[in-house]
Amino acid sequence: MLTLNVNGKAYALEDVDPDTPLLWVLRDNLNLVGAKYGCGIGQCGACTVLVDGTPVRSCSYSVAIAAEHAVTTVEGLAVAEDSLHVLQQAWIDLDVAQCGYCQAGQLMSTAALLAKKPEPSDDDIDAALAGNLCRCGTYLRIRAAIHAAAKAAQTQEAGA
Amino acid sequence: MNRHLSYHSDNFLAEHEAAATGGASGVVDVRKLGRRRFLQLTGVAGGGLMLGVSVACGERSSATAANVGEFAPNAYLRISESGIVICAPNPEVGQGVKTALPMIVAEELDAAWTDVRVEQSAIDAALYARQVAGGSRSIPAEWDVLRQAGAAARSMLVSAAAARWGVAEAQCSTADSTVHHTASGRSLRYVELANDAARLRVPDAKRVALKSRADYTLLGRRISGVDNRSLVTGQPLFGIDQVQPGMRYAVYQKCPATGGSVVSANLDAVKKLPGVLDAFVLKGNGNVGELMPGVAIVARSTWAALQAKQQLQVQWDETGAAKDSWDATIAQANAAMRSGGGDVIADRGQVDAAFAAAPVTREAHYRYAFASHAQLEPQNCTAWFRDGSIELWAPTQTPQRGLASVAATLGIAPDKVTVHQTRAGGGFGRRLTNDSMCEAAAIAQRVDAPVKLQWTREDDMNHDFFRAGGFHELKGAVDAAGKLSAWQQHFVTFARDGALVSGGGMSDQIFPSPMLANYRLTQTSLAWDTPCGAWRAPGSNVYSFVVQSFLHEMAVAAKRDHLEFLLEVFGEPRWFEEGNLWSVHTGRAAAVIKLAAQRAGWGQPMPQGRALGLAFYFSHAGHIAEVADVSVSSDKKIKVHRVTVVADVGPIVNLSMAENQCQGSVVDGLSTMLAQKITIENGRIEQQNFDQYALLRMPHTPQVDVHFIASDFPPTGLGEPALPPLAPAVCNAIYSASGHRIRTLPIAEEGFSV
Repeated sequence: MLTLNVNGKAYALEDVDPDTPLLWVLRDNLNLVGAKYGCGIGQCGACTVLVDGTPVRSCSYSVAIAAEHAVTTVEGLAVAEDSLHVLQQAWIDLDVAQCGYCQAGQLMSTAALLAKKPEPSDDDIDAALAGNLCRCGTYLRIRAAIHAAAKAAQTQEAGA
Repeated sequence: MNRHLSYHSDNFLAEHEAAATGGASGVVDVRKLGRRRFLQLTGVAGGGLMLGVSVACGERSSATAANVGEFAPNAYLRISESGIVICAPNPEVGQGVKTALPMIVAEELDAAWTDVRVEQSAIDAALYARQVAGGSRSIPAEWDVLRQAGAAARSMLVSAAAARWGVAEAQCSTADSTVHHTASGRSLRYVELANDAARLRVPDAKRVALKSRADYTLLGRRISGVDNRSLVTGQPLFGIDQVQPGMRYAVYQKCPATGGSVVSANLDAVKKLPGVLDAFVLKGNGNVGELMPGVAIVARSTWAALQAKQQLQVQWDETGAAKDSWDATIAQANAAMRSGGGDVIADRGQVDAAFAAAPVTREAHYRYAFASHAQLEPQNCTAWFRDGSIELWAPTQTPQRGLASVAATLGIAPDKVTVHQTRAGGGFGRRLTNDSMCEAAAIAQRVDAPVKLQWTREDDMNHDFFRAGGFHELKGAVDAAGKLSAWQQHFVTFARDGALVSGGGMSDQIFPSPMLANYRLTQTSLAWDTPCGAWRAPGSNVYSFVVQSFLHEMAVAAKRDHLEFLLEVFGEPRWFEEGNLWSVHTGRAAAVIKLAAQRAGWGQPMPQGRALGLAFYFSHAGHIAEVADVSVSSDKKIKVHRVTVVADVGPIVNLSMAENQCQGSVVDGLSTMLAQKITIENGRIEQQNFDQYALLRMPHTPQVDVHFIASDFPPTGLGEPALPPLAPAVCNAIYSASGHRIRTLPIAEEGFSV
């Protein structure tokens, strides 16, 4: 039996093939459907989640390996259930999404970026998000939202 | 679903039809009634309370639908003590209608947007005439109906308040979900008036006063999408996210060449695989838009189903299957173009004489490849078949048609089919066809549980309804005055069983035809079996590349400035067909072209290897000009720095999404023209996933400046029309920067890349 730690909660997984990609365990077993299936080969980034803070393509990352680490999904991005992460708030404020299918993956890649670089340049953003496709073409708004969120985070910190 | 209406509609309507006409009447089949007629009937006949019970919007149980004290004068809104609900009737596929359509109701209702909760409507052809996401038609088709729905409700709330206060309605005003009586300083919130308003007679929607544009307080503003919070917190909005109790997971394998049938499959071996519950063959009904032959695998999890699919071995009978070859087709098409001819679609004026007299003529061949929709959420559908009825949760652009297709596939009556529309992870035309719904339905009929059918990305790319490729032979003439004097175009396209493929027929209404006195269009079709379908701005997305590039070629041949040459083709401001929004208005066209040129700095000196390219296109009632600022290196690397978009689609409903659609259309257009190409050999699609079918990524995204000429014409849609001008604008810039004329899409075919 595997124990998977997702968003600070431990889940006992019975009867799960250890080779199963993390994506399908999150979606089918844990009903955490924020991470999306887009390609199954790590090309589109819609399935991006964090493992120990590092973005991974959960469609190509086995649950057995993930079980040894802390997994964060978009459902666990905010500190509390009724609150929003600064990135989520920026995504809403700037009305980033069109269809929205890729945005959980975009958010998770960005969360990892901001943890390393609180004030990223356009080039930093491009490099960190080049693995996340947006078929609707919301890249410009994603970039703008990241800058807005970075600024908001700095302001919050200064005020704290 | 409004069960009350569906179960009792016949009696209800028969009664009120009788009341309305003042005499006896037969039973009215509610499903045959248009929405307007239905509302007229009920509006004349019913008291508000009765209507509140019967046409309330949203997906609710009959128990709550019968709530007394709920004000629901039409199918688009309901107000009760618990708040204001506005219904979004059309599918949300990323074009923003789940927010924009309710905004129109809220504007006329004078509801504060923060007070409004939006619900997705039930699928009901009796209540909603056109529940479609397609053709950029949602805004223009719903504009009047939604304004009238909001205005009628507002007038009833005013009546209720005036009666409560014993004052004249004319002394009352509304704002922020409240009726005010300024003289006495009294106010009542809509939620406090719902009970009273529900007892009033519904006015004739066409007679209620509508706001003038100057009085809008909501429309034209930037409003964040109503699903945004759910989206960024990972809530289950999409088809793929649906879960039902005891749900099973299915995959479906069809013949890689369209039309192949199953001879045999290793079903026994597959059934023994871990997590597999069942495997069986479906014969299909021969309709490629419904159910084609294949093998279904039902499992306990998506992963078990996907793993089992890898082990599945099927022997296909390909006697009747597609044998298409893209390479062979190119040779055939080139031969057809060399031989000239084709069926004459249009032949106006004196084309041959104009060419003979012209001092300058040019000839060119253009070509573009097949393309896939590649919407990011692969096709899926959840279906539950119980007691002869079926319920489906589907990401579809055409839920009403999907309902009919499922009924046809299963051979059951349409009233045994319930469709719940989910948000869709992109559409772009792919989800106009409901093959995945029919497959899920046919599988569910064999499974004693709800079942979610999941296509893989490979399934999605193999079994798309592709944007058809095409070939164009063009000839143009410029007269002694430097004006475009004749145009001849031979289009080589595709037909299946003698019928032109979807998105593969040209009419003589396509610009610049309506502006030219001497014009000839001929068409040749090659046999083709692989399915083709509508792909964002069907036809326009490729015809624009051809005609707007060749117009630039003619401007160059005439040694004229492209902007001046293009404006001259339009001539004096006039509507090509007076009053028809779906026809070119040359004044609107010239206005967007001029403003785009001005905002992009047309005519200013540019560095070596960098230039501006201009293109205009009219589609889906939208007049849109784009200017691309592009650098080209000696090794054919391009960088698109900036694209300026100027659009006239009338007044803007939601400025935020309107701008987003234009930016997205530019990215989509660029993405597609750069490297996207579907090739087919022996009926098989050669590209299987995003490693072989590249989508544009963030580092190559240009800056996109969007400007709207918010003219006073009625508003029209923006899901599509900003896409067609992009490819020719970029190709014209590449020519001006490098001298290389691109005549093939994707441009990777000519050695260009980003």
